[in-house]
This record gives sequence, structure tokens and C-alpha cells, in this order.
Amino acid sequence: MALRWRNDLRESDITPEPVFLDRRQVVAGAAAGMALTAATGRPAWAEALEPNTWEEITTYNNYYEFGTDKGDPARYAHMLTTSPWTVKIDGMVERPGDYAFEDIMKKMTVEERIYRLRCVERWAMVVPWSGFELADLLDLAGVRSSARYVAFQTAYRPEEMPGVKFPVVEWPYVEGLRLDEAMHPLTIMATGLYGKDMPSQNGAPLRVVVPWKYGYKSIKSVVRITLTDSQPPTTWNKYSAREYGFYSNVNPNVDHPRWSQKYETRVGGGLFAKKERTRMFNGYEEEVAHLYEGMDLEKYH
Amino acid sequence: MSRLRDGLNGGLRRMPAWPIYAGSAGYAAWLFWLGLTGGLGVEPVEALEHALGKAALYMLVAGLAVTPLRRLAGLNLVKFRRAIGLSCFLFVCLHLLVWAFLDVQFIGEIWADILKRPYITVGMAAFVLMVPLALTSNQMAVRQLGPRWRRLHRLTYAAAALGVLHYVMLSKGWQPEPMVFALVVTGLLALRVRVRNGATRGAVRGR
Repeated sequence: MALRWRNDLRESDITPEPVFLDRRQVVAGAAAGMALTAATGRPAWAEALEPNTWEEITTYNNYYEFGTDKGDPARYAHMLTTSPWTVKIDGMVERPGDYAFEDIMKKMTVEERIYRLRCVERWAMVVPWSGFELADLLDLAGVRSSARYVAFQTAYRPEEMPGVKFPVVEWPYVEGLRLDEAMHPLTIMATGLYGKDMPSQNGAPLRVVVPWKYGYKSIKSVVRITLTDSQPPTTWNKYSAREYGFYSNVNPNVDHPRWSQKYETRVGGGLFAKKERTRMFNGYEEEVAHLYEGMDLEKYH
Repeated sequence: MSRLRDGLNGGLRRMPAWPIYAGSAGYAAWLFWLGLTGGLGVEPVEALEHALGKAALYMLVAGLAVTPLRRLAGLNLVKFRRAIGLSCFLFVCLHLLVWAFLDVQFIGEIWADILKRPYITVGMAAFVLMVPLALTSNQMAVRQLGPRWRRLHRLTYAAAALGVLHYVMLSKGWQPEPMVFALVVTGLLALRVRVRNGATRGAVRGR
């Protein structure tokens, strides 16, 4: 754990709940926060990380198992039974098996991580997740030295997920990471938001968060984790490999074939929100660029 | 059945077309108001853009349905067709403006998108085809162009096809809604093809 990622933002940086419920006050809070930052000399990029509101994070979601409208997950995700919950960990691990969510939580160190979230559709948020490092969970199962990749699977429950009636993509939703990406200290299993349990529409009870990749890599409501030695299939890549690569690192220089990725919209700015420039690796270049050294990021997009 | 139809047609004859213009402009204004006041959710630009595009598609379907409704059901809505078409064009223009100024925002990017992104090229082509239709929608143009007016306004079919193709192309995944629109518009266009090949020329006249 020597390489643990150090969070530049602390609990006190989050707008307190009574305040974030009121948008106008949030703006006032941000101004106060800015003054504080100047005093503490935090890096410039951290200043912009004012988290989005609870309402923004929980009403504007892509979770196609509940429908393709951004509001569908908030409307229907309550149908999902999130307790009891087990995660099957199998493949190239020392201790394969069904891990109960509560048992996992007893062994993990939950911490707050305020991360940018960048969707491939060009909208972005800042989310105060809570969760634990994926590496810790993988260590719990014991990764064999032959493993190279980690495959993930979302729950597939037609009776609880109205959206899977339609073959929008192939169900169940699957994702994957290279082992070094999965073991990176920035990669977490998030179990909460704003210090509360994860809302269902955000991927309860536990989901992956890989902040330097487009949002669809951060798979929700994980029921299975499989360690493999070959690159696992991933849902959007199966749908269109030309548009959605396995890596899917946020990159302003590699456009999605159907739209440019140079700019992004920060959710919450209203009708006249100014576009912002997309950041390389979503602003985490310093932490993760070395993982892709020598790789053609256009080819391995 | 025929009495019901005659009654309906009689009622429709007495109904003015202006409520369609008023309703469309009002709906657009209401959407904009919702966007300003949080009624369109936390990301109002995308929501407004999509709502305007969707409204244009509904008007497109309504406009294409006028002739089949008269031919197959004897329902005469022809006097509303101009208002439906112009309302469709209004929604398309607003959709385009929201996309350019609130969504893309950068002139260079707007141009690059039109050239580089097929779904935008297709949508833009649909808009361009609609411009002469809107410009010749007045009574004077109809008189002046004579038979050429009808030929020119067959561009509607191309614009409709491109409009719905634009919607299908921009969707992420195999979403049901664009597929339904594609099916309905294809069906409405197919009705024209069948008539042209099967029936006598005389039956075609008056579309």
C-alpha cells in the first residue's frame, strides 16, 4: 500500500449537505472555498473540484438496464434488490468464491474520493465517492501471477430492470481493465456518495470507479469479478469497436467517430454553461500516464 | 362510419390553422422557460436540443400522415399541412440554433462537426432541403411555381428520410425510440411508392 493515492481534497472541502441542497448557496460556498484554497496553496486543478450536488449526481444517470433516458435510473432503480448482495470472484485467484457484500465491507477501509467523472457523451461531473481501493478487494481473493486482466459483470435481472427488455446493448453489461489499471490506487470500488450508501441509480451497492476513463468503464452494481490472462470482452466495444475501445481513456485528442472530445460540459451550469476543455486522462495524467508509456493512444483508444 | 367522417371533416373545415402555429411557438417558448428554470433537469442544453428535435420529428410524421389519412380514411387535413410543415421547420431551426450556440459554442467546431460527423452532415442536409420548402410555402409561391411547386415539395420525402436517419445515427446503442420513428416514417414513405407504381396516375394527383 506504499503507493496509495493521496487525496488533495478533504472532508471539509465538500459543501455541507444543508448547503448543497440549495444551489445558490453552493455558489457562495465555492467562493468561500476558493479563498481557503489560496491560503493553503493547493494545486490549481484541485480548486475546480467543487462537487456536483446530490440532485445532479442522482437524477442524471446512464444506467441502461433501467432505461435510456437520463431520468430513468432515478425513476426505476429502486426496483433493484441490493441486499443481500454477493460478488462472485473467480478465475485466476487463490480464493475464488461468493463474497457477501457485508463481509467485504468488514475487511475494507472505506475512504472519501472526490473524483472527476467524464462521460463519453461529453458531460462531466465531480463526485464525492466513498469506497475502497479495488486492489484491496483483489488482494482479498489473492491474484495469481498468471492473471493479466480483470473482467467485471453487472447484475442482470429482467424482473427488476425494465430496461433490459430492449436489446440496447448486449446484456449483461460487462467491462474490463488491465490488471495494472485495476490495481492502480486511483481505481476504487465505490460504495457511497456524499458519505451515504450508494443510491441504486448510481450502481448500488458497489461499483467500479476509474476516474481517468470514460464513464462507461466504471461498471455499476458488480456481481462478478473474474481474473483472466486475456483481454475480456466489454459491452460498448462489442457494440462498436470503432467507437469504443477497450482502454477508453479520456483523451481530448482522440475524437469519438461521431463527435469531438475536445470539450466537455460540466453538469449544473444551466442553459448557458460555457464548455470546458477536456483534460488528458481526465486530469489524472500525472498519476496514470506511465501506465500507457510507448502506447499509440489513438490505436489503443 | 361515413357520417362520422363527414361530421369530422365538416368540423375540421371550420377549424382555423393558426392554433398549430401558436401551439408550436408556445411549446418552444415553454421548453426554453423550463430550461431556464430547472424544469428540464440538471443538463438543460441536451434536454432542450433533444426536445426540439423530437418535436420536429413529430411534426414531420404528422405532415407525412396527411395524405394517407385522406386516401385511406377519407379524413381531410390538407388545410393544416402548411402549418404543420412550417412548425416542423421552426423546431428544426431552433434545434439547430441550440446545437450551434448553446451546445457546440465554437464556430470552428460547428463547421468541423458538419463536415466530419456523418449524423450532423445528414441532419444539416435535411435542414438545407427544408429551406426552399419553407420559402415557397406561401400562396404566392404556389401560384407562381404552378406544377413545379409540387415537384419541388417532393423534397419533403428526402428531408423526412434524412431527418429520421439523423436521429437513428446519433443514438447510442440500439434504442427503441429512434427505431419506432424510423419504422413509422419508412411506412409513410412506402405508402407513396406503392401508390405511384400501382394505382393510376389520376389517383396520385392532389398529393
